[in-house]
Amino acid sequence: MHGSHATGSPYAPHTEEDRTAMLEAVGADTVEELFDIPADVRFDGRFEIDARTERETRRLVRSMLGRNDDLTELLGRGHYGYYVPSVVDHLADRSEFLTSYTQYQPEISQGFLQALFEYQSLLVELTGLEVANCSMYDAATALGEAATLADRVRDTSGHRVLVPDLLREERRSTLENYVAGTDLAVEAYPMDDGNVDLEGLEAVLDEDVVMCYAENPTVRGTIEENLTAVGEFADDTDALFVLGSDPVALSLLERPADVGADVVVGDASVLGLPTSYGMGLGLFATRKDYLRQVPGRLVGASEDATDRRAFTLTLQTREQHIRRERATSNICTNQAWVALRTAMHAAALGPTGLVDLANRGVTRAAALAERVDDLVGAKAPVHDRHHIREFVARVDQPARAVADDLERRGFAVHVVGDHEIQVCVAGVPDERLDRFVDVLAEVAR
Amino acid sequence: MTGDRTADGDPPLSRYDQARYIENGEYEPLLSEKDLTRVEIGGGSDGGSGDGSNGSENDGDGGSPLPDDLTRDSLELPELSEPELARHYTRLSQMIYGIDSGPYPLGSCTMKYNPRFTEDVAALPSAAVHPDRSEESVQGTLELLYRLQDYLARIGGMDAVTLQPPAGAAGEFVGIRVAAAYHEHNGEGHRDEVIVPESAHGTNFATAALGGYDVVSLPSDDAGRVDLEALEAALSENTAALMLTNPNTLGLFERDITEIAEMVHDVGGLLYYDGANLNALLGRARPGDMGFDVMHYNVHKTFATPHGGGGPGAGPVGVVEELAPFLPAPRVREREERSNAGEGLYERFEPEHTIGKVHGFDGNWLVLIKAFAYIARLGDEGLADASASAVLNANYLAEGIEYDVPYGPFHHEFVASAGEQDAADVAKRMLDHGVHPPTTKWPEIVPEALMTEPTEVESKATLDRLAAAFNAVAGEDSETLETAPERTTARRIDQTSAARNPRLSWQALEDDS
Repeated sequence: MHGSHATGSPYAPHTEEDRTAMLEAVGADTVEELFDIPADVRFDGRFEIDARTERETRRLVRSMLGRNDDLTELLGRGHYGYYVPSVVDHLADRSEFLTSYTQYQPEISQGFLQALFEYQSLLVELTGLEVANCSMYDAATALGEAATLADRVRDTSGHRVLVPDLLREERRSTLENYVAGTDLAVEAYPMDDGNVDLEGLEAVLDEDVVMCYAENPTVRGTIEENLTAVGEFADDTDALFVLGSDPVALSLLERPADVGADVVVGDASVLGLPTSYGMGLGLFATRKDYLRQVPGRLVGASEDATDRRAFTLTLQTREQHIRRERATSNICTNQAWVALRTAMHAAALGPTGLVDLANRGVTRAAALAERVDDLVGAKAPVHDRHHIREFVARVDQPARAVADDLERRGFAVHVVGDHEIQVCVAGVPDERLDRFVDVLAEVAR
Repeated sequence: MTGDRTADGDPPLSRYDQARYIENGEYEPLLSEKDLTRVEIGGGSDGGSGDGSNGSENDGDGGSPLPDDLTRDSLELPELSEPELARHYTRLSQMIYGIDSGPYPLGSCTMKYNPRFTEDVAALPSAAVHPDRSEESVQGTLELLYRLQDYLARIGGMDAVTLQPPAGAAGEFVGIRVAAAYHEHNGEGHRDEVIVPESAHGTNFATAALGGYDVVSLPSDDAGRVDLEALEAALSENTAALMLTNPNTLGLFERDITEIAEMVHDVGGLLYYDGANLNALLGRARPGDMGFDVMHYNVHKTFATPHGGGGPGAGPVGVVEELAPFLPAPRVREREERSNAGEGLYERFEPEHTIGKVHGFDGNWLVLIKAFAYIARLGDEGLADASASAVLNANYLAEGIEYDVPYGPFHHEFVASAGEQDAADVAKRMLDHGVHPPTTKWPEIVPEALMTEPTEVESKATLDRLAAAFNAVAGEDSETLETAPERTTARRIDQTSAARNPRLSWQALEDDS
């Protein structure tokens, strides 16, 4: 009925008759009269953006995005393209999930609140920590929030935040922005063959350290072997031990609570989202002791007036809309719908499927590394460690040239050094890996 | 229509009475109450690095190729069939009210209908790319980002835009960090105060504090606008920025904006525009023309992206030329040369004095696609019409309700006062009328505030029904209000016990029992 508007918003429903009646009710002759804007800042409305029909708009976006090359992505380093079951798309796209907002009125939001409560519960099981919030933006921002939490809860003052030398530069940069308004300073500790260099870490730890961050797996795909020692070192100086991981790795690797982690951060969108140019879901879990300092939203169980179990946002006095400048974080809009998708994907896999998925990340990465190692001009893995999902390979040719050649033949890999590429098996079908080995054999030679 | 029955004071059945799922008096059980399964992990002996032959694949026993000391002992989670999964989430969805369920006049949140074709374009397989791909292989993504930067710059009257912030508050943080970097660069690092009006969004205060600033709160004048005398008193050589939204959260246009901008600039401060209320201005005024130096756009509000139960959104930031060198990296620009087919070529670049990153990658890409598609669909006339309808709707609804509505004239939202009634109770009672209530108790300038934003998508008939819901509640006594709602999925929920005895996971529920 209104979709045929030649001009005007196709989603604004008024007929001329309605408009006339409404204007009469408010005592105005025209809509323009209602805009109380002084002449000197009035704008003439000309952005010079042409309107299009829905069909034309779809074609425009499709043709633009069609310029993206269709590559097999052997890419990871914090963003993974696991296959997402169709049922997740269809259920998450139900319009009640999609078109609701933050659950300020819990009595009509029980379904979403329960789904978020289940998401929090998933993270509690995965991390062994008692408290998880129901989302931050991504791994990097969650790391930033962990640092400001450490600054608030640590008994004694201090100003150093330690991060691994091998860390995505983007994560470090985001962390530095988050702590820019505090007296905290970010420093790196050394890594040894992909993992934490324990001696090197111990040498830089002192009472001035408020937080020590490690990742498992590391950005190079290796599995840490001495996290308990890292936790003890941190504990000795009263620093918070913050561990970065993700729900797939957490399904298999050491439980953060068992290695002494105080906070777990990371990207949970490894489940529930296909590759989406880095769009993420920040996971944040911590000990009960720090509950009142947790950033972000929390869903809790309660009862309604008939004593039936019901869910609600809780402990909102930590949040910006109540506490303003004394809030634990400025976050408001978060990634709730992505959290829903993650919970759905985890539920679709179940514990058996999750552990299988993680195990396959270990066996398939190891198998691919072995095949790459057999090629002339390549050696893999560079680190003599256990890996999950991804590993670094050394190539005799310049890595940039190898990656460019691979790309011309349909494969995307990371360049992580002059003669180092990094490849990831997550979400890549076996037959594509076979083809990759064949192509690499030709370009690495 | 169910709303008709409100005339005799008998609340109509809410749509939830049909939609909710209750079996034997219970709601949909938690997943953990269905079928928890414990998978034992380990048993992987000493599986050596590089050895792909040991361990099992897909055998379901959890046996791992890793040595025991690198793995957890077990994992305990629900194990459901796909049909069970489908029913679980379908039932949960039936216990949610969204904008597709009915009107959602939540002030300052701009809950408007979102066209569905934008979901389809965001789901295109060609949109699913890894952020570490080479520039050459993602020209489509870069072109879309470039064109969206350009659209937003025109709409805001700004010179440069970054698309990286993943939400409005994240955009505010970029704005504050950029302001800090700019002052620092100019040898003005001593500026340690950010001024925020009392009526501002809570995120403004929290963001300024996160940025390390002292927050100076600014009172409103009797007409609900910035008190110029108070502003004069608050401004000093220590002022880094004033954070303002226009129209403000009372729905009032700050008519003295040119003077305000001059006052802030005179002391060397920057003027920050909170884009939460931009929906009211499209095509009528631009923050850049009003003298704002830096702004964020809530593209999920002003343009379109379903709010998804609380996100994802996106909060691009626009700045005037002087601030462009400080924006987060990367931004996208067009290269001089063109492709063989004559198409533009795009590249990422790092501004000269960039503050660095505020997100691990480039922000919420899928949301940015939807924003682009929405703007491209509406064009100049559609965007202007959206604002016109939003403003007409707010004024029409304000006229139709019996609660006192102080101040005016209004743009896209207005704040009524519940007077003797408790605004939170009024909201609960409105649920019984099958509509989402307004934002309550805020801004605190208006006692028992009912902050209402109908947006442009509601028809006259729906606005009349909304007004009827307000007016039915307006005459009710406190006893009725305090026991509301009675027609919703859950009855009034005890917030106090939820906070006093926090149970935040199904594990905590088990511990409790």
